[in-house]
Amino acid sequence: MEIAVISGKGGTGKSSITAALATLAKSAVLADCDVDAANMHLIMNPDIRESFVYIAGEKAVIDYAKCRSCGLCQDYCRFDAIRFGEGKYEIDEVSCDGCKLCSRICPAGAITMHKNDKSRMHTGIYRYGHMVFGRLEPGEENSGKLVAMVRSKAREMSEKSGINTILIDSPPGIGCAVISSVTGVDRIFIVTEPSLSAFSDLKRTIELIDLLGTRMSVIINKYDLAPHVSDIIEEYCREKGVEISGKLPFDEEFVHSMVQCKSIIETKPDSEAGIVLSEIWKKLLNEKIRKQISTIN
Amino acid sequence: MRIAIASGKGGTGKTLVATNIFYILSERGEKVTLVDCDAEEPNSKAFFNTKEISESQVIQKVPVIDSDICTFCGKCVDYCSYNAIFLLHDRRIVRVMEDLCHGCGACLVACKMGAISEKEVSLGTVSKYSVNSESTIIEGKMRVGAYTPVPVIKASIKKSNNSEIVILDSPPGTSCPFIHTVSSADYILLVTEPTPFGLNDLKLSVEIVRDMRKPFSVIINRAGLGDRGVYNWLETEKIPVSMELPFNRDLAAIYSKGEIVSAVRPDVKNKFEMLTDSVLTIWK
Repeated sequence: MEIAVISGKGGTGKSSITAALATLAKSAVLADCDVDAANMHLIMNPDIRESFVYIAGEKAVIDYAKCRSCGLCQDYCRFDAIRFGEGKYEIDEVSCDGCKLCSRICPAGAITMHKNDKSRMHTGIYRYGHMVFGRLEPGEENSGKLVAMVRSKAREMSEKSGINTILIDSPPGIGCAVISSVTGVDRIFIVTEPSLSAFSDLKRTIELIDLLGTRMSVIINKYDLAPHVSDIIEEYCREKGVEISGKLPFDEEFVHSMVQCKSIIETKPDSEAGIVLSEIWKKLLNEKIRKQISTIN
Repeated sequence: MRIAIASGKGGTGKTLVATNIFYILSERGEKVTLVDCDAEEPNSKAFFNTKEISESQVIQKVPVIDSDICTFCGKCVDYCSYNAIFLLHDRRIVRVMEDLCHGCGACLVACKMGAISEKEVSLGTVSKYSVNSESTIIEGKMRVGAYTPVPVIKASIKKSNNSEIVILDSPPGTSCPFIHTVSSADYILLVTEPTPFGLNDLKLSVEIVRDMRKPFSVIINRAGLGDRGVYNWLETEKIPVSMELPFNRDLAAIYSKGEIVSAVRPDVKNKFEMLTDSVLTIWK
């Protein structure tokens, strides 16, 4: 069973909650799909077993010994990535999308594509199972593809180890990396917090998951920081028919646990947040059993 | 001058900082524009009373393949770097997967039969709002389901006027959306929190802005939570801290309600006044 923890807004507590769920699962394959800013390894401190190179697209490079400054590449480039400055055409690496078109049409054969090969994927063993995480080299493209690679590695590890539960910590936002993190999963938890910003992000996230049709429910984190806004969010979810799995209070223990490289279930299982998270996990297990029974029937 | 407010980690308080600096400058009657570059999840506008001035679509072209003309040769598939064209030669099936297409136009060049034309799809919108006579907000908003916010971010930044003060509220992360935003800035404020996650993500963002040779400083939000890791690292790296904002429930509650903290709390306003002055001094 693949379970993804997502949130439109960053900083709502996805990783801390995923870490807690991983602890409750007792054994799980953890996939940190926030390849821009992976954090789960800071809590789980895995023993790295394998590292893989990920090719994050390509960038065009001009060979000035061959370039005749005809400007055809600039005419064809749709990403504004070729500029004329200081007497020559130059590639703007930030804007280059790696489509290769300029290298194909250059009549002088002056443009070649260079692979972005600094991104990595690591696998390792942590105290409750296996984990895999990606590290996209800053500025490199195609984070969605690296996420897909992390997920397929997680599935492979799940099959080999016989650990059925795969927990996915997803990046913030609703773009390609998020879509890639949740496509085809069995279950989605959306973590939100009671602020108007997070509420607005939640609406867009629900809209996205509706498009995918995956079963989702919402966890409201830090609900007591603005109980009134929390009520508004609950009301909205009720109207939309989206279940609220649980509400966690703001608890500095989350931060203290993180500082000690632990999850809140390991440091303070009896805290209010710890108890609510345990209930969320129990409910999920029941869902799983019901699903199995209905498949048998 | 363009000031980008950025952070690798989400939820550190980028929008809080961006909206408060904008609030202070617009209160002073400065010509200032706030560009919300978090096109996946834009939020800045909600903190102000605004009037919409204009809205424009951000368009991308995607190919349309005429299967009556197509010979199913597969050259377009070869040229496509994004696996956006699906072709079964023997069964004479060809499909464009619009969600994967980046609109580069390579397939159009590849096809010698003239079977490919293009249509326009929307990637999102760029809207302009006025707050008062001198200050405006530009909001980029990606269409839900679109693959990338980058074209919307670029279009939003393009709409701002370089001659005035422009504040860019950056998307989180360290990949393309973040890079496109900070690469257009003259000065960068990196917002972090004093936790291991905050430190890890701060290191990544610092690596990038150093590579770009951009001047920057760090804002520590939620000071008092967490540990000394961020402080010790900043000291070793000799990176200046331009502001510290303590964590307290009261501030979190004000922000949650969609209010500008500086408008309610004079002590916080004072901090943002000093921050704004120090950033502007660097420029002048």
